[in-house]
Amino acid sequence: MEASTDRSTAEPLEFCDVTKRYPGSSTAAVDELSLEVPAGDICVLVGPSGCGKTTAMRMVNRMVDITSGDIKLGGRSVKDRKTAELRREIGYVIQHVGLFPHRTIAENIGTVPGLLGWDKRRINERVEELLELIGLPPDTGKRYPTQLSGGQRQRVGVARALAADPPVMLMDEPFGAIDPINRERLQNEFLRLQAQVRKTIVFVTHDIDEAIKMGDRIAILQEGGKLAQYAPPAELLTYPASRFVEDFVGSDRALKRLALQRVRDIDLWKAAAIRTGAPVAEARASIEEADVPYAMLVDERGRPQGWLSDRALAGERVTEELRSPAHPIVELDDVLRDALADLLSSETRYGAVVDHDGALAGVLSLEVIQQFLHAAPTDSPTGADLLRE
Amino acid sequence: MIGVPLAQGGLKIQEPGGSDACAAANDFCPSWIAENIDRYWTPLLEHVYLTVVPVTIGFAISLALAIIAHRRRWLTGPIITVTGIFFAIPSVAAFFLLQPLTGLGYNTAMVALVSYTLLIIFRSITLGLRNVPVDTRDAALGQGLTSRQVLWSVELPMAFPEIIAGLRIATSTTVGLAALAVFAGAGGLGTEILLDKRFKSNVATAGGLAILLAAALDLLLLAVQRLGTPWQRARA
Repeated sequence: MEASTDRSTAEPLEFCDVTKRYPGSSTAAVDELSLEVPAGDICVLVGPSGCGKTTAMRMVNRMVDITSGDIKLGGRSVKDRKTAELRREIGYVIQHVGLFPHRTIAENIGTVPGLLGWDKRRINERVEELLELIGLPPDTGKRYPTQLSGGQRQRVGVARALAADPPVMLMDEPFGAIDPINRERLQNEFLRLQAQVRKTIVFVTHDIDEAIKMGDRIAILQEGGKLAQYAPPAELLTYPASRFVEDFVGSDRALKRLALQRVRDIDLWKAAAIRTGAPVAEARASIEEADVPYAMLVDERGRPQGWLSDRALAGERVTEELRSPAHPIVELDDVLRDALADLLSSETRYGAVVDHDGALAGVLSLEVIQQFLHAAPTDSPTGADLLRE
Repeated sequence: MIGVPLAQGGLKIQEPGGSDACAAANDFCPSWIAENIDRYWTPLLEHVYLTVVPVTIGFAISLALAIIAHRRRWLTGPIITVTGIFFAIPSVAAFFLLQPLTGLGYNTAMVALVSYTLLIIFRSITLGLRNVPVDTRDAALGQGLTSRQVLWSVELPMAFPEIIAGLRIATSTTVGLAALAVFAGAGGLGTEILLDKRFKSNVATAGGLAILLAAALDLLLLAVQRLGTPWQRARA
């Protein structure tokens, strides 16, 4: 078969009143689920066990038959397709990976290309490319799944799903069996990978934190397969649509929102930045204009040195007498939740915010954070945005 | 390959007037064995035949049954019951019972020997197929393998170690049972033993060859298993 160079792009995915009813069960496993996943987005299906999230996902590649309603992939009903052909166009990653133990890593990754009839050379090239993409050395291809660590196997599972460059990927608790430290690493790696490949992804998890981190959009399902809310993570955290969603996202949803934001994203307070020897009159004037009643002593490059005491402003010229050190210092790129933690653990009410060069860029306070939390989210930041920047 | 007629026990297989005192005393005589080993090659070949052919046919039938039972789980019980009954019939009895149907000779022996292998091989294939993890099957189907492709390129290869284990038991058993094929008139090393049961050199040679045959076939299957399952030996 002739190798085609053009890559398939992501396709939008649409659930239209999708219902799944198992025979002999009075309640539906998935109940009239309707949602749209724009091309290239990660849609996380999250909810307690028994909410039908995995069933909903498995109807996309028809591992589970649809009772009523329809799922459209790139505008085309999945029901019109032969199941084997449909599945070859949909990447599939499951919790326990399900690598073939009797096949080498290269053979595992080359499964779908092989089914599609690619020639050997093209498959080998693709395997090498994917091993590089997931950060495994090329000689891993010759090894068997038992010779790899859990994290490496999971990466291979992702590579296998990407092999034929499918427009859509389904991922069922892909990091569920990985220890917390490696899970975080794999999540970050995956988000970086997704920034490159931009697939439409349906991602199933029971972990709301993972959902918030991974999702461009989150669909919260509740018992009986009903959609409780479908929204970007920040919106979900700010405006939970129901008591169920509110409980599910947790009472610390304000903190979770902070985890989605960086210090640079919020309106910081201004502080007077004063250098030693500056005229006191000038210094007092800039304190008047600032949001903080204290002045920050900075060095010649604008780097904060400490908060000036009243005595420093008693004479003609500003002296180097400090009331308190410039602590904490947070950076514009810090995640807001971490900055808040710094602020809470320090003795001062104000945190000096510095830019890349270490120069004072503003002041962070509890009030600033509170104001932010009470304001409506203007944009909809996601966990992926944090990694992309 | 059709066997010799049933011998009536105490036939002497030594040359009349043989000068060997040891052989005359029906003792264990290495020199006699060295001189007469040639007479055992044909029975040994018959024995190989009486082992390899039934195991091969038994494997083919068992594989077909196991694949059918894999698709229709409810058939597993009945198949085990029926093959279990075959397995329970004493072999000598089977050789005689079959004679009205298949006559005296090779066919009788084959039918009986094949039916003995079925239970062992069927169960080993079924066990192997069931041991394939659900996730592996799920991942295979989810990637777009058809159920036939899943069976032939995932499930059966993964069941290979169990299948070979079953074949090894079936083969050893059949080497033993084939020694009784003489009662069906099908030849083999059993014929030689029965020709002169009192002559230790004869019994030891024929019996020894049967044991060596069983060991050789077992090692062969073990080698096949090791060559066929490189993934099982791969270590980090």
